[in-house]
Amino acid sequence: MAQIGSFALLLALALSLYSFLAGIVALVFQNRPELQTANTGRGSSLANPSATDGSLGSMLRQGSERIGETARRAGIATFIAVLLASVILVICAFHDDFSIAYIFHHSNRDLPRPYKFAVLWSGQEGSLLFWSLLLAAYGFVLRLRYKTDPRLFAYASMVIAGVQIFFLLLLNFAAHPFALMQGNLPADGNGLNPLLQYPEMVIHPPMLYLGYVGFTVPFAFALGALIMKYPGEKWINITRRWTMVTWAFLTCGVFLGAHWAYSVLGWGGYWGWDPVENASLMPWLTGTAFLHSVMMQEKRGMLKMWNMWLVFATFWLAILGTFLTRSGIISSVHAFAQSSIGDWFAWFLVITLAVFVFFFFKNKSHLRTEHKLESLVSRESSFLFNNLLFVLLCFTVLWGTWFPKISELVQGNKVTVGAPFYNRVAIPVALLLLILTAVGPLLAWRKTSLESLKRNFMWPSIGAILVAIFLMIAPQSWGSAFGLKPWKDVSYFYSLMAITLSVLVTLTVASEFYRGGRVIAKHTGQGIFASMVQLTHRNTRRYGGYIVHFGVVVVIIGFAGAAFNQDKEQEMGYGDKMTIGPYTLICRSYTEDDAPNYGSQWAVLDVYKGGKQIDTMTPVRRFYKASQQTSTMPDIRSTLNEDLYIVFEGLNQDNGHPILKAHLNALVMWIWLGVWIILIGTALALIPNAPSPVRVPSAARLGTTQAEPVATGD
Amino acid sequence: MSIFSNPSLGSRTWRPSAPCLASFARLGRLRSRFLQTLLLSAAVLTLLGSSDPATRFTDIGHQMMCICGCNQILLECNHVGCPASDGMRNELMAAVSRGDSDSLVEQSFVQKYGPTVLAAPTARGFDRAAYIIPFVALFFGFGLIALVIRTWKNRPAPALADGLRPLRGPELEQFRDQAGKETDL
Repeated sequence: MAQIGSFALLLALALSLYSFLAGIVALVFQNRPELQTANTGRGSSLANPSATDGSLGSMLRQGSERIGETARRAGIATFIAVLLASVILVICAFHDDFSIAYIFHHSNRDLPRPYKFAVLWSGQEGSLLFWSLLLAAYGFVLRLRYKTDPRLFAYASMVIAGVQIFFLLLLNFAAHPFALMQGNLPADGNGLNPLLQYPEMVIHPPMLYLGYVGFTVPFAFALGALIMKYPGEKWINITRRWTMVTWAFLTCGVFLGAHWAYSVLGWGGYWGWDPVENASLMPWLTGTAFLHSVMMQEKRGMLKMWNMWLVFATFWLAILGTFLTRSGIISSVHAFAQSSIGDWFAWFLVITLAVFVFFFFKNKSHLRTEHKLESLVSRESSFLFNNLLFVLLCFTVLWGTWFPKISELVQGNKVTVGAPFYNRVAIPVALLLLILTAVGPLLAWRKTSLESLKRNFMWPSIGAILVAIFLMIAPQSWGSAFGLKPWKDVSYFYSLMAITLSVLVTLTVASEFYRGGRVIAKHTGQGIFASMVQLTHRNTRRYGGYIVHFGVVVVIIGFAGAAFNQDKEQEMGYGDKMTIGPYTLICRSYTEDDAPNYGSQWAVLDVYKGGKQIDTMTPVRRFYKASQQTSTMPDIRSTLNEDLYIVFEGLNQDNGHPILKAHLNALVMWIWLGVWIILIGTALALIPNAPSPVRVPSAARLGTTQAEPVATGD
Repeated sequence: MSIFSNPSLGSRTWRPSAPCLASFARLGRLRSRFLQTLLLSAAVLTLLGSSDPATRFTDIGHQMMCICGCNQILLECNHVGCPASDGMRNELMAAVSRGDSDSLVEQSFVQKYGPTVLAAPTARGFDRAAYIIPFVALFFGFGLIALVIRTWKNRPAPALADGLRPLRGPELEQFRDQAGKETDL
């Protein structure tokens, strides 16, 4: 089996190389001036393959088209070969084939079957194979859809083949997943890392990788469009949809990772600003900036160069994140073992940067446009500031991630850059971004009069201020976020600001839906809710985007809750009590258990609130036999107001009593709810618009004027 | 716009009367007293908070890292039998109980465990760059965008085809208002 897998990987490399080189040959020939002349001067056309005039030019053209087609098919075959290699690795995991070193190091006989499937992405070599598989899958879809724009897709296919070659070179020569064990075969494997033996780990890495790898596609289109000097903005339409899908995967992956950290690591938090977490956040930030700035290019033909750089930066940061994870250059709890593949990634980063910079400067005149801005108070300016803040946040995260290394180079000693740094630097910028999220949608393209801005902004502002006052004066007993005294602590101040601005964004989004719905209701006689549904269907991208904004502020409210977190640690014998916030925990029992894969210790706690028993919780600590490692399984009782999060930390060696840590984490559920809303909004934005716009009679024009229901467009 | 240039008061120059000036001065004094009281209260509240040993223990403990390699904040390290965090917490509690200042506690921890024990760079020496650079980038970015907006705004409008002229001024505003009314915005 291992030999078939190795052969499949070699075959995939050969196919990718062919796809890349043949793609270049085909495109070079198609771009030759004599062929262009043959196209225009003699009546034949690249777009018309049936035209044959027997000339050398025509023969060359047909030949290059055939080569191009074989390149496309080789790209499709690459996917089949990589898929075969991946399937073989999974089959080997299911058959406990410990002759393969990768399976020996990441699986064991008693590992539950779903985790045996997850072995594919649980270690360095497997995850690189999985990366390659996803890239090949994206390439496969792209090459099947080539008829949308054959030439642009041919360029994009060539770029994807180039990236694919890098990963296949790595798999074949640096991190071979089918490498065999030396000497006697072991009876059992080392087992999967206990922290990865959690249901979410079966879906978190695929989602994250779909996001990371997916950004190769927009980059491929962008580089293709840059090389071929693509006329018009169609490529950006194609790219935008791919970016949205990829962005949704990355969002999902990032938050699944946060949820996994929260549910498994047992320290009570969901985000530790670890370099590997930061690595996933950086492309997300630039990708989000691109999704906003791309509208400037579509609507106004502006920011063409900037968008090119944003697409490239997003792809590059995804690779940089992988470099950080794999090279061991920056210490992280997540990082894979330090290995030589860091050098491969470093070279790949340099080469991609060099290629992009070369073509950018070669063809940048094609991207030059005459930008004209009518007013500072316009959608265009808001996007400029929005992009600045997203890119600045990304820079802050990058700076914080690399600062320990920079400090080591300058001062000779490392420093730690943890949560307190990011809280001080990133939160103010994020709050500014939240203000823009509230104001931006109220601004029209080109120009907005201050009166209309004031009119549209007044009621949401009053509403937000009232909510802030209410949060300050309401008694604390009402919930975690009530009785907020911003002068007591800077974290309370930030929380109050975040919640107030979130309310402001929510009210502006609601007012946008209401005003647009009212226009449709007036013209159609429908109810306001039906009108709002119709409004959303007519401009799914815009209103889907608003729903995404709403989801983001729900997530932010969840983050703001961190200021009110409490925790308490206590040793608890039978009948012992622990009180945290409104909850009283009584230890009913504690015991041990044994399963084939692990042994476990757990406590049974009765939870009381207001004198009434409301729940029984059972935090667990496991000892995994194969890997000889422990892992905690906190028990979490979630409500909208707060999470009661209990960790079984261990046993007191003297008296055998369990040591338990209880966290009261405010508003955490809002984060997970917000992510669902973001995904729903993104899915909505991907649905095509309903065809018929509203017809609005105008006295100043002859006949009728077709108008979008709301004047500001996307 | 200040009250002294309020057009609703007519073209005649408005001169405040003596009692009016006195009341303005009183208002100024009151405002300054209010600000002083606010500052004093904030300082008292801050100092009151900082003198509470439990609060100080929590605050400082969240500015430190556990050095066992778990990459967790000292007070969030949850390993029973962790070779480092229990001892570090006891040291911190002892230092806070002795009444050592925050900077003294930090210094003693840095001397014993090295600079990586602090969860964030200090505001001294080269470490300051960690905080300064992002804000410098922010201000630089704002400046750059202001410049870009100014340049784009001052650019002449593109020439239109024969017979057409670009709409400007009141005429353009009239069409904007009309569009606003027709779409109920």
